[in-house]
Amino acid sequence: MAHPSQLGFQDAASPVMEELLHFHDHALMIVFLISTLVLYIIVAMVTTKLTNKNILDSQEIEIIWTILPAIILILIALPSLRILYLMDEVNNPHLTVKAIGHQWYWSYEYTDYEELGFDSYMVPTQDLTPGQFRLLETDNRMVVPVESPVRVLVSAEDVLHSWAVPALGVKMDAVPGRLNQTAFLASRPGVFYGQCSEICGANHSFMPIVVEAVPLKHFEDWSSRMLEDA
Amino acid sequence: MAEDIQTKLEHYRTAPFDARFPNQNQTRNCWSNYLDFHRCQKALEAKGVDTAPCDWYQRVYKSICPLSWVQKWDDQRGEGTFPGKV
Repeated sequence: MAHPSQLGFQDAASPVMEELLHFHDHALMIVFLISTLVLYIIVAMVTTKLTNKNILDSQEIEIIWTILPAIILILIALPSLRILYLMDEVNNPHLTVKAIGHQWYWSYEYTDYEELGFDSYMVPTQDLTPGQFRLLETDNRMVVPVESPVRVLVSAEDVLHSWAVPALGVKMDAVPGRLNQTAFLASRPGVFYGQCSEICGANHSFMPIVVEAVPLKHFEDWSSRMLEDA
Repeated sequence: MAEDIQTKLEHYRTAPFDARFPNQNQTRNCWSNYLDFHRCQKALEAKGVDTAPCDWYQRVYKSICPLSWVQKWDDQRGEGTFPGKV
């Protein structure tokens, strides 16, 4: 989850998020290099006493500072497109979960075998137990098996919402009447937090998402328990 | 043919990738399978044949479609106001 004064991304919990993280590092490095170079040149220009009023053309440097940016842009575009297509690959999911946005909670449906559905409300601040995270915890979590490709179908019952879990590299708009598909693979067990990412009324900031990745056996036990309790 | 469907149903985990709906918007996928199941059921019942082959469509639409949509459509079919052609 996010922590105070965080600067970078949360630790990646899916292969796609790892790729995005590395690409961001790569692109940001290029940005820092260019900015440093430009800042250095500006300072050098401003502080020099050398002047030459007879420079009229500069074919060589013009060629260099046209070709070099083009090369840099290609070096950014190639990994970017690689990840774009990677995210679009056909993955054959092991599980489908539906995440439906309401004002102001999410409901999750696991209907591949039985009809399991439950609501997920934020835990109010006064009901938190020590160690729990304010405005992020929910009463019921979306549990998924670790290392399994999961398909998430996101929709909404009333207004626009958006289902986002940064650690998994997932964000998908929840549109009433539409079923948006996204997918992820939790590469390690853990608890991953997210928040509604489309303004949806008074309690938009108070309908978080919690995904819990557990071993398959635990997932099966959890889903049996949830079905019994329902 | 029936044996293939039986095997597919036994090994069913979740709705597989459907090349007719390769993109983000899976609304038509849900709608299409719901319609296909009820059309299949209606057609096979009319012939007096076992409706087991239709179960595939049911598994898929149950996996994909939100429960509220299925409930609404089932109610509409009951009332005779269902907008799809079954």
